Amino acid sequence: MTSTGIGAPVRRKEDFRFITGKGQYTDDINRQGQAYAYFLRSPHAHATIKSIDASAAKAKPGVLAVLTGDDLAADKIGGLICGWMIHNKDGSPMKAGAHPALAQGKVRYVGDHVAVVIAEDYSTAKDAAEAIVVDYGVLPAVVDMNAATGKGATVVHDIAPDNRVYDWHLGDKAATDAAFARAKHVTKLDLVNNRLVPNAMEPRAAIGDYDAGNDAFTLYTTSQNPHVARLVLSAFIGIAPEHKLRVIAPDVGGGFGSKIFIYAEETVCVWAAKKVGRPVKWTAERTEAFLSDAHGRDHITHAEMALDDKGKILGLRVKTKANLGAYLSTFSSCVPTYLYAPLLSGQYDIPAIYCEVEGVYTTTAPVDAYRGAGRPEATFVIERMIEVAARETGTDPAAFRKKNFIRKFPHQTPVIMAYDAGDYVASLEKALDMADYKGFGKRRRDSARAGKLRGIGFSAYIEACGIAPSAAVGSLGAGVGLWESAEIRVNPVGTVEVLTGSHSHGQGHETTFAQLVSARLGIDIDQVAVVHGDTDKVQFGMGTYGSRSGAVGMSAISKALDKVIAKGKKVAAYAMEASEGDIEFKDGRFSVAGTDKSLAFGEVALQAYIAHKFSGQELEPGLKEGAFYDPTNFTFPSGVHICEVEVDPETGVTTIAKWTAVDDFGNVINPMIVEGQVHGGIAQGVGQALLEGARYDSSGQLVTASYMDYCMPRADDLPSFSIGTTVTPCPSNPLGIKGCGEAGAIAAPPAVINAITDALGHEDVTMPATPQVVWQAAQKTLRKQAAE
Amino acid sequence: MYAFSYVSPKTVRQAASALAKAEDGKFLAGGQTLLPTMKQRLAAPSTLIDLAKVDGLSGIELKGRALVIGAMTRHADVAASAVVQQAIPALASLAAGIGDPAVRHRGTIGGSIANNDPAADYPSAALALGATIVTNKRKIPAEEFFKGLFETALEDGEIIVKVSFPIPSKAAYAKFRNPASRYALAGVFVAKRGSDVRVAVTGAGSNGVFRATVLEDALKKRFSPKSLEGVTLPATGLNGDIHASPEYRANLIVVMAKRAVTAAVGK
Amino acid sequence: MANITLTVNGKSVSASVDSRTLLVSFLRDHLRLTGTHVGCDTSQCGACVVHVDGRAVKSCTMLAVQADGSSVVTIEGLASAGGDLHPMQAAFREHHGLQCGFCTPGMIMTAVDMVNRKGSALDEATIRHELEGNICRCTGYHNIVKAVEAGAAAMAGGAQKVAAE
Repeated sequence: MTSTGIGAPVRRKEDFRFITGKGQYTDDINRQGQAYAYFLRSPHAHATIKSIDASAAKAKPGVLAVLTGDDLAADKIGGLICGWMIHNKDGSPMKAGAHPALAQGKVRYVGDHVAVVIAEDYSTAKDAAEAIVVDYGVLPAVVDMNAATGKGATVVHDIAPDNRVYDWHLGDKAATDAAFARAKHVTKLDLVNNRLVPNAMEPRAAIGDYDAGNDAFTLYTTSQNPHVARLVLSAFIGIAPEHKLRVIAPDVGGGFGSKIFIYAEETVCVWAAKKVGRPVKWTAERTEAFLSDAHGRDHITHAEMALDDKGKILGLRVKTKANLGAYLSTFSSCVPTYLYAPLLSGQYDIPAIYCEVEGVYTTTAPVDAYRGAGRPEATFVIERMIEVAARETGTDPAAFRKKNFIRKFPHQTPVIMAYDAGDYVASLEKALDMADYKGFGKRRRDSARAGKLRGIGFSAYIEACGIAPSAAVGSLGAGVGLWESAEIRVNPVGTVEVLTGSHSHGQGHETTFAQLVSARLGIDIDQVAVVHGDTDKVQFGMGTYGSRSGAVGMSAISKALDKVIAKGKKVAAYAMEASEGDIEFKDGRFSVAGTDKSLAFGEVALQAYIAHKFSGQELEPGLKEGAFYDPTNFTFPSGVHICEVEVDPETGVTTIAKWTAVDDFGNVINPMIVEGQVHGGIAQGVGQALLEGARYDSSGQLVTASYMDYCMPRADDLPSFSIGTTVTPCPSNPLGIKGCGEAGAIAAPPAVINAITDALGHEDVTMPATPQVVWQAAQKTLRKQAAE
Repeated sequence: MYAFSYVSPKTVRQAASALAKAEDGKFLAGGQTLLPTMKQRLAAPSTLIDLAKVDGLSGIELKGRALVIGAMTRHADVAASAVVQQAIPALASLAAGIGDPAVRHRGTIGGSIANNDPAADYPSAALALGATIVTNKRKIPAEEFFKGLFETALEDGEIIVKVSFPIPSKAAYAKFRNPASRYALAGVFVAKRGSDVRVAVTGAGSNGVFRATVLEDALKKRFSPKSLEGVTLPATGLNGDIHASPEYRANLIVVMAKRAVTAAVGK
Repeated sequence: MANITLTVNGKSVSASVDSRTLLVSFLRDHLRLTGTHVGCDTSQCGACVVHVDGRAVKSCTMLAVQADGSSVVTIEGLASAGGDLHPMQAAFREHHGLQCGFCTPGMIMTAVDMVNRKGSALDEATIRHELEGNICRCTGYHNIVKAVEAGAAAMAGGAQKVAAE
């Protein structure tokens, strides 16, 4: 391995611009003559709009336009879409209510878009918005999922009179019922997976720009997948055909899922740019992000697990209600269904699983994919159930897991997934060792002497990543294929541009992708530039989410590299007057087998462009190859996280004393970057478990609409993490990569809650386990201890 | 923010007259609360009168048995002051725990006390230490100064010039932070001077900073954390919100009081 | 409108600004120094931290008029005039203390201020506590802590001691 080769912790190529303040985020971009947009948002959770009088706002100096849903309708601009069709148990399609970018007749959550003011500067637009008079007919809010589907609830969308988006199921009900009939022990648990706000540090932003000379639009936007944004804005919303719409996602300051989706604001900015004849810029304030970024999670679940007399799992039954908010966001429908239930088998050999999911409309912000998307919810269910089942049967939780682990691969679960590779015992044993599990008893006694309650919790997670192959996701309802594209452009001097449909917003693609290309072509890493995030440069791509850029995006690059090398061999054969079959390529040189004749990669590139040594009829000049890669399966990263906590029963404060993570991501290109992904994922998972929770009051007002009330993990909330890996290469892609972006966020919440409930000696702890929640739970513990 | 006009007077007299002239003027000290409030459009003063360049409002000095801190003295300067650390270390440590480092570089003691945010730290120190708030017009005992949520005894045109803290024999401050905002959910300042013991609580009272006389009475018998064992506070009159119920706050006040007393007797 | 004159990254700047212009808006919109970011509206995230007269402040919670007569240093002014990275900048790259890069300028400015105030021998607990006013959503802080520790040592000239692991 060279210092920049595959497996080397290469320092990131992109960092220089970020550490010197020279990054180019959307809000850093300014277009000549740009105007500013401010969105007037609904102050009500649910109301009809009887009238909008914008005359006073329009009359204010500096105001260029006030636009409403009527203007969108007049221009025949379509509504926002949900791109994944879910079918009900009876085979009928889900009920997707219309979602106009600016409200048409009704608002359905606080923060819903009522009108946009476009003005010479932002303050003027914001001032003018206060002069818009909206006559609302206030309707009851419905925040609670059970209330939403109960009798007499207010109806969010007429198309769904019982507020059910869908009533879906997966698995074999009869087989599962039979398993429970045989059970010697049944573990039951009610679980709440708390609602989260993604909170990428860069707020969403957009600049719409219209070139009247060419009737063409450009949208600068904070997107994880600019090509999908262009496709949706063109084909469904009808802004402009794709060849007349360029979407640029420059540096993007974190996404975590929230920047996958196509939102009202960018739609309106690009549409309005033509209407006002000026570039239109919008940047979210943090409170707007809280109100209108798609939220994550928000499930309530009842789960039951059947065990035989030896503690082997016979079956799992899960019933979940998932809050989808007021409208179906771009990929929302698949998150609590196909990204959730197929993961309920976890790392365990469970013969029968049956899962029912109701998707529910409420008058709250739309809910969609957030780091992990469905898989953290599934992992929380299975890993809490496993821990509690172990406790109820008096078994050590590590031993209970080992007893039930899948050990043979491939393994077909009863819920779609065919796991291709893994070694769950290896990860668990390494984690037990790193965490000094044997020494826990002493540490617990030491804590007790100091008046603290110590607990240890496990999470043996699995995830399905890549979100591909296309045919598979298509059969599950996806509206698009989920392959990835790459193009390798070799310049005549031998430098390389890699065009990828993946998008980097913190993941370090400019480094890892360059490592792969540098290693394969035998050229210096500085000779490689990675190009992404611009639909005019990269032909197409599906973007970055679902931990797919390594497994799918880099596999596409690998496939394109194969073609470049193959073409290079042809060029080298002509250049060295040898037969193509005798050309070997190694360490950056094309050589003729059995001779000392060779040419460097750059020399062959030059020959390809000079094209003097071959005729155009025999071989096309140039060296540029593209590839579309569609995997053969999902990938299945897995691992074990162990969390050790100390609870202060006086205050309820939970301190994470130790965090051990052992992950199997298959082959790793850059371990430094992979570890960074794990760190960040754990922090978000710990945030969910201990700190974060979006709360609406009964009138539908978001109580946690700023960092004053929504608790973001800070440096002193977290420990340093102890990270290890095991490796079983992924057999489903050429690089053996599984993906690492979501693992921490998936693994962490049950590890934390299992540790706290271990410390407290009972299961009555909900997320987020804030000091108040844990203090209340600890009072029960102290009462129990006093009684004993 | 709504538009406003800005003036930067050089003297207290000019500042007072600028306020008198303004339609709806407000003094700007460190701005760490006022500016965020204005950004959220929850305050809309017509004029901001910046006190930063007014002479004689900053500084720390010992005057006899009192520590005197100028109103525009920044939290970071109080925290780092050898004089404060020597005279009332509890006050230095309180200042070192306000907000975060950047906020402490701007925020001022006068601004904190004049604003009387129910979750601010300084009001508890002023009340427990029996401070005197010195304005351009008069001297006001802390006991009479804090009047409820964001309410003080300050009259129109009255500017805090300095705050004088009598030096206690023992004192400490213990704060339980709101996990999100990091403001006090329950901040308890205990001070002992002679036979007098005062316990002032911030962040928890529904009417702002208050003295916990139940705890004071217990500690007057013996100034020891043991004196607070088994003592409970009623939850009535305490705040409840998503972060802490009144019952939880009542518990935290006693726990923080114990921890403060432990720290105070340890010094 | 008010006329202000201040020094930004060593250069004198005069401008006429609306009273309600925040320092961060002045830097970003008037001076096009877009390395200083805005991540929240409530003075908590720290993406906007700059140095005013040698002290870290949140430039979203200060008016441009309040900086009249002051000397301001932003992330763009931290590297030497010759382009050499500040040791803290270099440490963030070396220790992978950033991912999306959005919070990074504020983190680095806070870290430099931390060393200026607390010295270069910083332990983990101190660093974590001092970062209370800076939020990062990507890194879980693990590598930021390592970067600050190493950057602090490097600022004192002890770069060798904390070479990359």
